[in-house]
Amino acid sequence: MSRVAETFARLQAAGEKALIPFITAGDPSPALTVDLMHGLVDGGADIIELGIPFSDPMADGPVIQRASERALAHKVGLRHVLAMVKTFREQNQHTPVVLMGYLNPVHVLGYETFAQAAAEAGVDGVLTVDCPPEEAEDLTAALTAAGLDPVFLVAPTTPMERVREIARLARGYVYYVSLKGVTGAGNLDIDDVARKIAALREHITVPIGVGFGIRDAETARAISVAADAVVVGSRLVQEIEAATPETAKEQLTRLVATLKAAIR
Amino acid sequence: MSSYDFPDARGRFGAYGGVYVAETLMAALDELNAEYARAKADPAFWQEYHHELKHFVGRPSPIYHAKRWSEQLGGAQIYFKREDLNHTGAHKVNNTIGQALLARRMGKKRVIAETGAGQHGVASATVAARYGMECVVYMGSEDVKRQAPNVFRMKLLGATVVPVESGSKTLKDALNEAMRDWVTNIDSTFYILGTAAGPHPYPMLVRDFQRIIGIEAKEQMQEMLGRQPDMVVACVGGGSNAIGIFHPYVEVEGVRLVGVEAGGDGVETGRHAAPLSAGKPGVLHGFRSYLMQDEDGQIIETHSVSAGLDYPGVGPEHSLLKDIGRAEYVAINDDEALRAFEDCCHLEGIIPALESSHALAHAAKVAPTMGKDQIILVNLSGRGDKDINTVAGLMGITL
Ligand SMILES: Cc1ncc(COP(=O)(O)O)c(C=O)c1O
Repeated sequence: MSRVAETFARLQAAGEKALIPFITAGDPSPALTVDLMHGLVDGGADIIELGIPFSDPMADGPVIQRASERALAHKVGLRHVLAMVKTFREQNQHTPVVLMGYLNPVHVLGYETFAQAAAEAGVDGVLTVDCPPEEAEDLTAALTAAGLDPVFLVAPTTPMERVREIARLARGYVYYVSLKGVTGAGNLDIDDVARKIAALREHITVPIGVGFGIRDAETARAISVAADAVVVGSRLVQEIEAATPETAKEQLTRLVATLKAAIR
Repeated sequence: MSSYDFPDARGRFGAYGGVYVAETLMAALDELNAEYARAKADPAFWQEYHHELKHFVGRPSPIYHAKRWSEQLGGAQIYFKREDLNHTGAHKVNNTIGQALLARRMGKKRVIAETGAGQHGVASATVAARYGMECVVYMGSEDVKRQAPNVFRMKLLGATVVPVESGSKTLKDALNEAMRDWVTNIDSTFYILGTAAGPHPYPMLVRDFQRIIGIEAKEQMQEMLGRQPDMVVACVGGGSNAIGIFHPYVEVEGVRLVGVEAGGDGVETGRHAAPLSAGKPGVLHGFRSYLMQDEDGQIIETHSVSAGLDYPGVGPEHSLLKDIGRAEYVAINDDEALRAFEDCCHLEGIIPALESSHALAHAAKVAPTMGKDQIILVNLSGRGDKDINTVAGLMGITL
């Protein structure tokens, strides 16, 4: 069983929902990332989504765009991200790490080279935002061969026949995009999300996480009623943005603890 | 070569193209693809498209013999396909009319566009006014500064121009922002993409609407000279004017197709916008193609005197044409383009767009190496009125 599957099994047995915080690797500086990851776990993170910085983050709102820009100012690339995960694993062998990013940095490294390096570093899953199932065959094969979970998005606009195709390829969990928009947007409709998740469960057997636009404990709680996992990104990145390098870890831990308490 | 038939059903031009977008956009692209398939088979759609091109744009655009310049160069005869004479001043309008007619078929009342030089923005604002649609244009804040007259033109036409401050603040960032708008307003909005790039079906769609350039040229050359040119030259930003004139010639033997990228300060300096000359295949903006990127797969900032060529990628069909050797791609530096700009003004009485000046510069470079009985057809993709501030600035003159 993969580390992601184990985590969901453990939580399910305890009647808990998973909290998946997202931060961008290298934001605000590469030296802080591993520490911040431990800080997320201290606060109660069940899985960490670690963003790979990219120069053209088309699916992201301004907050995560700025995180990417801060990381790129330090020239943080995919190789550094993998090195960070490796360092994180020296002290933590139980929290799954899912890389989230855009295809080109992975494409340029080569799918097989990337998958092997990622598995060696201790990565558990990979979500490339701009690689839908239609284009994902080679990447998915490489990931699966290396024992990594390919994570896919499902959107409010996804028709059911595509949901079936995504269900066939997805491992670990499926990421339901809670709104039509970019990350950090504010037009989330909780009832609509709950209805959609119920419909998705007819086809999807892996756990369903929900993200995009979850900004506070109240929304996280409401979403967690229907979902197996809640993903929080922009709100955490904003916390990093507002903190000093000295206080960032402590502030993240506190915020994650509030979110985890709300969905437990 | 009678088997040239691209893209395939998955939007692939050989190893290039495809649909690399976030899940939220997939349904909209499928819908667009299906609607275009219906429109393509509907004679009434093309009838209206051609009616608009004739009465609103002023097509067919003429072919013009640049006699004095050819004489001075002392080699091949240079002819221009005069897209600069189109309403709105460039080839871009051929495409915006086609896409706006599609938008209308799909019942969309709001259109968005990205723009670099502002020509596609102006052409989008123009058709939005013509068909009564709301129009929002995304433009890098650097380009807003470089292309002030076009920004004002768009506003006069009733469009909202949104300066984009992210990334390098140029065309690629405007495209990112347009995609973000589209994903947010997907039910109400049609995205009028301005070049033969982006996710399938855009590269095919834009090509099909720009093919009119090459279709006309073929007929006009036959009529005027009883033969086809030895070489067709076009500038390549995203590649729409080039694919428009190339495509009808792909299966015509003996016609060399040459695409001219922006060499900026020189390809060897790294400060350029020439992915086919100096890039590697990668994935950006929804498609796979040659791309300017660093070893981490980050997109590199581009440099060109012409805002319309300042793009790190290139339409996927050009990547295919390069790989199969059917088209050649070269780079022309800023200073060479500016010299051609001046020569065209002085010798032919035509102020060309800085983008088109790259194609002119290459023609002027190779014409002397060719025989006097040989013919080069240059796609004069646009007029240079929008560029007078830039050129004046380079001459040290403030207007
Ligand atoms: C006059 C003109 N020519 C060429 C281009 C480059 O675009 P494309 O390569 O799509 O023709 C532009 C883009 O703005 C333009 O305005």
